Amino acid sequence: MTIDLKTVKHISKLSRISIDDNKAKKLGKDLNSIFSFIEKLNELDTKNTEPLTSIAETTLKLRKDEIKSENIREDILKNSPDKNKDFFVVPKVVE
Amino acid sequence: MSNITDLKLVELVDKIKKKELSSTEVTIAFIERSKKSKKLNTYISENYENAIKKAKIFDQKPDFKKKLPGIPIAVKDLFCTKNIRTTAGSKILENFVPTYESTVTQNILDEGGIIIGKLNCDEFAMGSSNETSYFGNVQNPVSENLVPGGSSGGSSSALAAKLTPATIGTDTGGSIRQPASFTGTVGLKPTYGSCSRYGIVAFASSLDQAGPMTHDVKDCSLMFEIMSTYDIKDSTSVDFKRENYLTNLNENIKGKKIGIPKEYRVDGMPKEIDELWEKGIKIIKENGGQIIEISLPNTNYALPTYYIVAPAEASSNLARYDGVKYGFRSKGENLIDMYEKTRSEGFGDEVKRRIMIGTYVLSSGYYDAYYLKAQKVRRLIKNDFDEAYKKVDAILTPSTPSSAFKIGEKLNDPVSMYLNDIFTVPINLAGLPAISIPAGHDKKGYPLGLQVIGKAFDEQSILNIAFALEKNISFKNNITDWWIK
Repeated sequence: MTIDLKTVKHISKLSRISIDDNKAKKLGKDLNSIFSFIEKLNELDTKNTEPLTSIAETTLKLRKDEIKSENIREDILKNSPDKNKDFFVVPKVVE
Repeated sequence: MSNITDLKLVELVDKIKKKELSSTEVTIAFIERSKKSKKLNTYISENYENAIKKAKIFDQKPDFKKKLPGIPIAVKDLFCTKNIRTTAGSKILENFVPTYESTVTQNILDEGGIIIGKLNCDEFAMGSSNETSYFGNVQNPVSENLVPGGSSGGSSSALAAKLTPATIGTDTGGSIRQPASFTGTVGLKPTYGSCSRYGIVAFASSLDQAGPMTHDVKDCSLMFEIMSTYDIKDSTSVDFKRENYLTNLNENIKGKKIGIPKEYRVDGMPKEIDELWEKGIKIIKENGGQIIEISLPNTNYALPTYYIVAPAEASSNLARYDGVKYGFRSKGENLIDMYEKTRSEGFGDEVKRRIMIGTYVLSSGYYDAYYLKAQKVRRLIKNDFDEAYKKVDAILTPSTPSSAFKIGEKLNDPVSMYLNDIFTVPINLAGLPAISIPAGHDKKGYPLGLQVIGKAFDEQSILNIAFALEKNISFKNNITDWWIK
């Protein structure tokens, strides 16, 4: 299987990462070499194997839904690249 | 008396408890040496002034019951530290200051530890040479222009160069053990669920584990004892009976059954590594251990599995970096454009490559062929270990297929870079604990490590086996301080 330029562009769109044509070509080359290495898994018959989704064989524990940290609004907003009073600011989404 | 910075962690703790040294003296000694070592580029953020202040406070009212009484420690910059910038080695988090403390660093603080700085690492811990960091390469103190391994490369370098008496790293596919091996230090990747992941910048959540990096096995046991706690804030934290690993540490390995997996004898492996392995086998036999040949038949499929599972989880973990609530933001014409530009400019090439691999294998039409397939093979790999552990108590292998390489040497060939982790990745996939200890040098004089892999939650056994190996190997790191003028 080979990943063509169109596919690379499609993945970049899905990943929300813009790339120019030069970068896309280079990435295509890298992805192809990585995927030809990944294809090795097809040698294995896994028809009757259950997927392993989590290594930690524990049941999830419940805890009380209570506030643990208070009055950190200012500190959190300090990390924001753009804010207005108590809000995060993003480019306009509604016309 | 020798230099303060030449002392190991347990020795420093002892001297502080006996009042032969103060926390302030020790903290200043490591900070002064760190200041002279800028050439190694180990630190991303320094916390020197604050640390000295804390050391002075400790000395005014010392609590000698603490396990790290006023001990300065620099940590990998993947752990969130309250009010100390945490970057994960990425431009996208260049100015991020956490409002909370990771559980593992909190445990260190609770035992009296003092954080002197945040150490360089591959961006989002994605790399095996510390070359993907936005903050630049790290030098291996073993030799100029040599990589310190990765992703915990700042940690391994700072430790080997004695800028910190011990440190902590994270290990998703080998990121503690490979840099430990490259720098002649000890690194432990605990069982998945042993150390809390709360407050660690997530890479691949089903594989990530924090662990200690130290000068010897004793120090490692002490650090691990402090780091490993049950934590309600991490839903995969496991509530098992934790030992006093340091108190219980002993070199008696009589009757222990140690497995040697034949699949780890890979083609083209340098002769020195084979000899090192033989040396380890000989020591185990001489100390009353039993060597048993075992088979882990799916070993060859571990790396391809890893390079599906890890990027898939990364692509979803890293979706949060959108330039809205924290981190770097680039200007865009609209919201989507802003996201795309932010992520394009904020992430480095390796991170983008892995996000895209992950996005692809999870995308519609490919999920079953790649991601589901990888999860099934992951089961087979875990089954291999389960089978082996019916016959043996632990497994001995080399830590890496080669010694440290030159900066730039493997940067343009991702697959060759990935092959570095061939002996470490299967252990993360199976969620097992493993320790790398320095065991010798290659002909260039670069350190090489041996890896002891244990049963889940049986860190004590591998610490004991490593302790026995360490005693008999008496490894000495030949570091000349070449970077200090």
